[in-house]
Amino acid sequence: MPDGPEQDPELELTSPLVPLFVITNGRALPPDHEYEHTTLVTAAAQDGPVVGRTLSPEADQVMDLVANGFLSVAEVAGHTHLPLGVVRILLAQLEEDGLILVRRPIPRAERVDRELVSAVLEGLKNRFGA
Amino acid sequence: MYLDPDVSHAVKILIVGHFGVGKTTCIGSLSEIEPLRTEEEITEASVGFDDLSGVPDKKTTTVAMDFGRLTLSDSLVLYLFGTPGQERFKEMWEELSRGALGALVLVDPERLHESFPVLDLVERFGLTYAIAVNHFEGTTDYPLDEVREALNLTAETPVVKCDVRDESSSAQALITLVKHLMSLLG
Repeated sequence: MPDGPEQDPELELTSPLVPLFVITNGRALPPDHEYEHTTLVTAAAQDGPVVGRTLSPEADQVMDLVANGFLSVAEVAGHTHLPLGVVRILLAQLEEDGLILVRRPIPRAERVDRELVSAVLEGLKNRFGA
Repeated sequence: MYLDPDVSHAVKILIVGHFGVGKTTCIGSLSEIEPLRTEEEITEASVGFDDLSGVPDKKTTTVAMDFGRLTLSDSLVLYLFGTPGQERFKEMWEELSRGALGALVLVDPERLHESFPVLDLVERFGLTYAIAVNHFEGTTDYPLDEVREALNLTAETPVVKCDVRDESSSAQALITLVKHLMSLLG
């Protein structure tokens, strides 16, 4: 194969250097559906300076990342290199504190929405000229 | 890096397949961003000889997963998640299949038997799917009908050839899946 053997991501088993409960201040994991991979997040507009708020370095990292626009939860995890579970806990805290805005995916309907699938098809055709 | 501020719908399609079939390459060909990676926690039964109790112990491990992004309009963005096809990752499947439009199943015609566990997962989680058969220039060209038969697919399941290194070839496979989804919606 010209591009060499594929790096297989699923075999890369890793373990964190800092215990996760330290980063998350002992908070429990919110349910999966709360911050799905495709849930979108951005920093909430702040009125005036935020006084006396101390965020963990990791929460700070997340806030810096989403300061200027929307990203998916998966992208937040990807860019920060934090495990997805940790990102979820941090986002739950940040949302509770009113620091971020969250756009959740539409809950799965009984039937997949034809209009939505049609928009996906059109988008792909436009993009790839097919 | 950021999404369009008007983006209101984020949808996902899973790119699935066995070890080394080309999921990451496929996502890399299609994604508008440098593919990213999440680290997901999964619980596994650990089988160790030091386990004197004889009760299966559970341990949490982290697994890395690649994904990419495609902006399809001002309001619509598509995420592609490379999802490993082993039974032990079924926790991830449970979450990723929720709300997914469907799955593109990558298969290697020389290792078809490795695709059975993958197809099993796709069907168990009720995902609509299309099959993309790896075909690279200069390699044996396997008739698609033989692949269909070997994998015991229904006549409706789309089967296409795909060079995952190539953007337009990968896009065609993805479009085939979405057309199939449309046809099922009547």
